[in-house]
This record gives sequence, C-alpha cells and structure tokens, in this order.
Amino acid sequence: MCAQPADASPTGRVVLDARDITRALTRISHEILERNKGAGDLVLLGIPRRGVPLALRIAERISSVEGFQVPVGSLDITMYRDDLRMKPARPLLPTEIPPGGIDGKVVVLVDDVLFSGRTIRAALDALNDVGRPQAVRLAVLVDRGHRELPIRADFVGKNLPTSLVERVSVRLAETDEIDAVTIDGTIDGTTDATPEGSPA
Amino acid sequence: MKRHLLSAADLTRDDAELVLRTAEELRSLADRPIKKLPALRGRTVVNLFFEDSTRTRISFEAAAKRLSADVINFSAKGSSLSKGESLKDTALTLEAMGADAVVVRHGASGAPHRLAHSGWVRSSVVNAGDGTHEHPTQALLDAFTMWRHLGSLDGRRVAIVGDVLHSRVARSNALLLHTLGAEVTLVAPPTLFPVGIDTWGVETSYDLDAVLPKADVVMMLRVQRERMNASFFPTAREYSRRYGLDGKRMRTLQDHTIVMHPGPMVRGMEITADVADSDRSVIVEQVTNGVAVRMAVLYLLLSGAEGVAGADESENDA
Repeated sequence: MCAQPADASPTGRVVLDARDITRALTRISHEILERNKGAGDLVLLGIPRRGVPLALRIAERISSVEGFQVPVGSLDITMYRDDLRMKPARPLLPTEIPPGGIDGKVVVLVDDVLFSGRTIRAALDALNDVGRPQAVRLAVLVDRGHRELPIRADFVGKNLPTSLVERVSVRLAETDEIDAVTIDGTIDGTTDATPEGSPA
Repeated sequence: MKRHLLSAADLTRDDAELVLRTAEELRSLADRPIKKLPALRGRTVVNLFFEDSTRTRISFEAAAKRLSADVINFSAKGSSLSKGESLKDTALTLEAMGADAVVVRHGASGAPHRLAHSGWVRSSVVNAGDGTHEHPTQALLDAFTMWRHLGSLDGRRVAIVGDVLHSRVARSNALLLHTLGAEVTLVAPPTLFPVGIDTWGVETSYDLDAVLPKADVVMMLRVQRERMNASFFPTAREYSRRYGLDGKRMRTLQDHTIVMHPGPMVRGMEITADVADSDRSVIVEQVTNGVAVRMAVLYLLLSGAEGVAGADESENDA
C-alpha cells in the first residue's frame, strides 16, 4: 500500500527491473519454504493492491517446487488503518480468505513496500478478526526503511535505503502493465519533493 | 458522497456504485467468525424513529454495531416525543449528546431534510423513510440485490407494482434505478399514481399482465392502508386480482427474472404465498443485503475526516 499509484509514464531511477523482481520473488519463495520446512500449512495473504499479485507469483513458484497448490488470498486493511479519521472515506478493496481459513496455519503477509510499518500493524489487527494463525510472517518486495513501529520483515526482496523525500513506486504487470521499482525525487528536491503521501 | 443521505436523487452514479462496491466487500463479513470491523470505533449513531419500524431499525442497528459504532435507539413511544416535544428540541438534545450520525424515520415528508439543514445538529443525517417521500437506503439495498443477481443494471427493465402513491420506496427506487441506467415501469391502478409522476423519468402502466413478460425484476409494493383516508380501489379482492402477483402471473416471467418486496408483505394481497416462497423470490436476501448496504452508507458518510467530506461539497446547500 505504500507505493503511490503509478504514473502512466515511468520516471525516476529504476532500481529493480522485471528480471530483478523475478529473481527476488524466486529467492523469497525458496526462503519461505526453507524457513517453514515445506509448504504444508502455509497460507499466503497479499495486501491489496500490489501485494496480491506478488502473493500469487510467490504461490506459483512454491507450487512448482512443492508440487501442490498453496492457498492464496487477500486481506484488505482499509478499515483497520490508524488514519481513517484523518482522510476522506476510502473505497474498500477485496478481502478473500482461502476456504481452509487461517486457524493454526502459518500466514505469510505479502506487500510491495515496507515503510512506516503501519500497514502491517493494521494487517495484524485485521488477521486477528479472521482467525488465529500459528505464526505470521512478512514478505515484502522492497524495504525502504523509516519504520515508525517495531515491525520487521522476514523475507525482503531488496533493502532500499531511501530518504524521506524520495518516492518509491512499485509497478507490476498485473496492475500497471510493467514490472519495475523506481525511485522518484531527490534530496535537492529538483523533481517531486513531497514525502510519500500515506505512511500507513 | 455528501455529508447526508436524504434522497436517492442526491447520489450520482459514481456515489451509488461506490456504495454498491463497498457493500459487496462488507457482505462477506457475515461469513466470518468475528462479524465486526473497527472503522467507526468511538462514533455514535442515533436511531431516531418517530414511526414504527422493525426491519429498518434493526438493520441500521446491526450495521452500526458491526462497524463498532455506539448505537442509541430513540423511538417515539416511551420517550419525551410522546409528551409533545418538538423535532427541534429532540435534535438539540441529540446534538448535546454528541451524535455523529442520526438515522431518522419520520411520518412527515421532509423531516430529515429539515433536521439536516436547520443548523440544529452537526451530525450526518440519514433518511430512513420520511412519510410518503423517500427511503434511499431501501433503494440502495434493492439496487444492490438486483446488481448481485443481474450484473450491470444498464438497460434492465424493472417493474414496480402497487401502491406507488404512498410508497417512499417506489420514489427512491425510481430515482436511483434511473441513475444506474435501468428502465423503470411503475404499475398501479390510476388512483394510486401520485401527481407529477411524469417528471420521474419512468414509464407507467395500468396493465400488469402486459409488463410482466418483459421485466427483469418485479418489485411488489404493499398497499399502505394506514396512510389511506379514502377508497382508492373498490375491494381488496379486486385489487389483488388485477395487481397481485400469483403463481399464474409468475409463470409468464422470463427465467432469470427475480421477485422483490421491500416488506412488510401482506400475503394474499399483493403477493401470494407460493410466489413469496418461490425460488425467484429474493425477499429474504434483501434483508441480508440491507445490513451490508447500510454499513457501506454509514462507513462512507462517517469514516472520513470530520469536515473534510462535508467541507468540499455539501456546505453550500444548507
């Protein structure tokens, strides 16, 4: 949820191209399997929007290694945000919990960018209302730092040290027709110097 | 969305579709073990019902509670209203209690509008039925039910049959369905059409049998005898024969056509029991959908920043 809606024309410095993203997701998939010792009780939940296609891609890779389908779903955190009262009402995004539920499972939350950690805080609250997983892990494509809460990722595609005035945009083929992670805005403020709008 | 929901005409197509999409996401909440979302934690919703209602009041109450709002029920019976307190004084009381939203049902058309625009209260006002005027959340839940069964409402034919004159449901539905692109035909005896029906942008007909085979949705309305102070048709039996939906008429419908009723229904009058209990009938589903739609409305009206949603659009119409 951290990434801003992508502009039509990609600008800024490309830090991950399509092949980098593919490699990162493949590595994350293997790390999840290794850490979990198999995919037996795994459930992947993407955080809309861009966490969902990422979760699907990771699930596909895990399935091809393990030979069976891993349950994938999505978890909308809009109603659990801590800034609901400060902004106009937001439209809800789909929540789809796989048929087996999450009780006793190892849930891997998947998101595109980890920034303040507030989205993940909200996601943990949302999970709490859905069931009681055995464990919750976090996989992100990009960790850009600047945490405001004691939250860390278990699986990271790329650590990207950024300044607060920079903007990290993740574009994915499923939502934006192209796979790329770019950084906009520089410290001297020549381009867009607004800090990322929604730190949650 | 504006700050209040007073009339189905206030909703643009985008607003209405936002409510429907939000309701679709909220509907899945009913299948979860914990049927609660924290979106309106710490907000107070007052149900202010000057007229009797079970369905609408408990539907709003369930919706508000599932969004974690605090609910205060305020009904005319057993309150100071029955001692002669005015709407204004009641409103000032609510304001002093710090209500964030007032859901109001009133026997007088326009009462919610008065409440919203008089400056008595700062809260959002949701019209839950005012006299024979409007009932916008009913129209939204009806549209939602149709949308779930038929997909897009563009070009769909909806027949609304019965006591159009006294029906706030018919007016709100006609307005909203028109906004959503459906073709509405109102069917009633001539005495039960209101004056000025030609300005509603709908077709009218006196002949139910001619309308039914083309309809995608048939919505039956209750004959509101409590609002009738004259005879609008000779006998209940004659009304029932000409404008009631029975098994024989139901067989002339297309296969996908659904039958709706806003409730409360009078079996044997406007609808027979075999129709009400048939597979085509979505009457019970309408009630389920009502909670999801009212959650969507409360969420969209209340969850935003105070002042933000109202400041940029609706302050000028006060």
